[in-house]
Amino acid sequence: MKILLDKISFDIETYIRNGGYLAIKKAFSMKPAEIIEEVKTSNLRGRGGAGFPTGLKWSFIPADKKNKYLVCNSDESEPGTFKDRELINKNPHSLLEGMIIAAYAIGANEGYIYIRGEFAKEARILEKAIYEAKKKWFLGENILKSGFSFNIKVVRGAGAYICGEETALLESIEGKKGQPRLKPPFPAIVGLYGGPTVINNVETLATVPWIILNGGKAYSAIGKGKSSGTKLFSVSGPVKKPGVYEIELGTPFKDFFENQLGGMKEGERLKAVIPGGSSVPVLTAEEAMKVTLDYESLQSAGTMLGSGGMIIIPERQCMVEALWILARFYHHESCGQCTPCREGTGWIEGILKRILQGKGKREDLNNAKEIAQNMMGKTICPLADALAMPVISYINKFEKEFVYHLEGKCPLCQK
Amino acid sequence: MMSEEKIKKEYERIESLSKNPQSTLLAMLHFIQKEKGFITEQDAEYLSSISKIPYSKVKAVMTFYTMYNLKKTGIHHIQICRNLSCHMAGAPALKKIIENELSIKEGEVTPDGLFSLTEVECLGSCGTAPVIMINETYHENMNEEKLKALLKELKEKNENTTR
Repeated sequence: MKILLDKISFDIETYIRNGGYLAIKKAFSMKPAEIIEEVKTSNLRGRGGAGFPTGLKWSFIPADKKNKYLVCNSDESEPGTFKDRELINKNPHSLLEGMIIAAYAIGANEGYIYIRGEFAKEARILEKAIYEAKKKWFLGENILKSGFSFNIKVVRGAGAYICGEETALLESIEGKKGQPRLKPPFPAIVGLYGGPTVINNVETLATVPWIILNGGKAYSAIGKGKSSGTKLFSVSGPVKKPGVYEIELGTPFKDFFENQLGGMKEGERLKAVIPGGSSVPVLTAEEAMKVTLDYESLQSAGTMLGSGGMIIIPERQCMVEALWILARFYHHESCGQCTPCREGTGWIEGILKRILQGKGKREDLNNAKEIAQNMMGKTICPLADALAMPVISYINKFEKEFVYHLEGKCPLCQK
Repeated sequence: MMSEEKIKKEYERIESLSKNPQSTLLAMLHFIQKEKGFITEQDAEYLSSISKIPYSKVKAVMTFYTMYNLKKTGIHHIQICRNLSCHMAGAPALKKIIENELSIKEGEVTPDGLFSLTEVECLGSCGTAPVIMINETYHENMNEEKLKALLKELKEKNENTTR
């Protein structure tokens, strides 16, 4: 079952031939509240990482207010995640169509796509798609004589992982440093330029046209239990076939790994799996073989579905080095506004580097875990937690490798 | 330094499409950088003077976002990803090759001004790791052979090429 990458449509003619832009016609025949109900029924959850129910998010927008905004979060920067980039490359109009429906549902006349600065090519693809959609009257004033007007602007970021956090993203659109805002007020009440704002991920919005055409019930029937629908997984690491896959939620990892990814490359052995982007706790190979890829199963295994950015780690990769690389990333990307994150990420990076260089002490392991514990839940945004969770899980599950380094004899690093 | 007239013209264009002067900032800094590969203090001061955005705010933004280069870069600005997937796929060895081929270290510019090299965080191209970005172009699934050929091609390209 594929929804997002079922038919590839680079341009608007192909997209229309494939049944595109029928969903907006149906949507305009519905009341905005009915659309929100339909999305609630579908059980669609935010695909950017947090998994917040999409219909519920839309319902927080006050119906009577003016100056409302819809923002698409395309700041895809979590290490291991490259699914939105693929979606924009292969099916850009599905995103635009989803945005038009979402904007109509919440009553927003202005939309923004915030795309990370490095995706210059993808920004051009979106600009072209917007131009095409305007020419066909799917965007602009009085769309298809519905009385509803909506315009979309593409805004490029400039290299800051933190701008994927939704309020940092709003700050960035406003031309400021991307530092997350204190909440409440939540963006649904005070968002972009002070107006009520919904911020949704690319994949989430691109799913909406299918839900409107086929109904929320049909969507909720796909998947497993409370994890409805399909999900994009971007897979990297030494598997035979890395890339972006759309699979039904609830697919066993083992099946996915063996049948779709083709298993490990020749000469590689599976050691660990990061299932949902670099910020989620790691699974050992043995644990991974037991999970199904959905919100509940991964949660009960102590990790998260996150963004679906799956990194496959082979036996040859030292876990101390892997964790240090991630710590260096989070330290580099900390916006600096909260002390536990600004200092904590740096301390952890420093401790790991020391251990990696064979200068670590036994108490460093507990110190790193204690710092991580003291970072969690103590900051404005979850960037601190995004490092704290891996730190604890890597040290607990691969303690032996850390001890090798303390004793100065890591077999994997003696290259 | 970029011609003030050009900056002013682009500022007026972008400003007319924006909510307020501050909202133009990221796009304006991208515009200024596109010309020369980096942003000078004078350019930033000029932008502040025409937009009435306090210089402190311009400076705060240009130093916060890592894509803005505050010192000279090469005509071909090479950015190599150092995050986990690229690392496992051999990025450190590729970095060494670039350093050897160009006789520069990470963070430096070649004396002829053709190349500069910097390490960056995840570029969102992990499935086609290792990835190298040169100016705005991604080069995916890189290996030693492809990298050497690419560097050779760029070297041979008209040395007067501008960005």
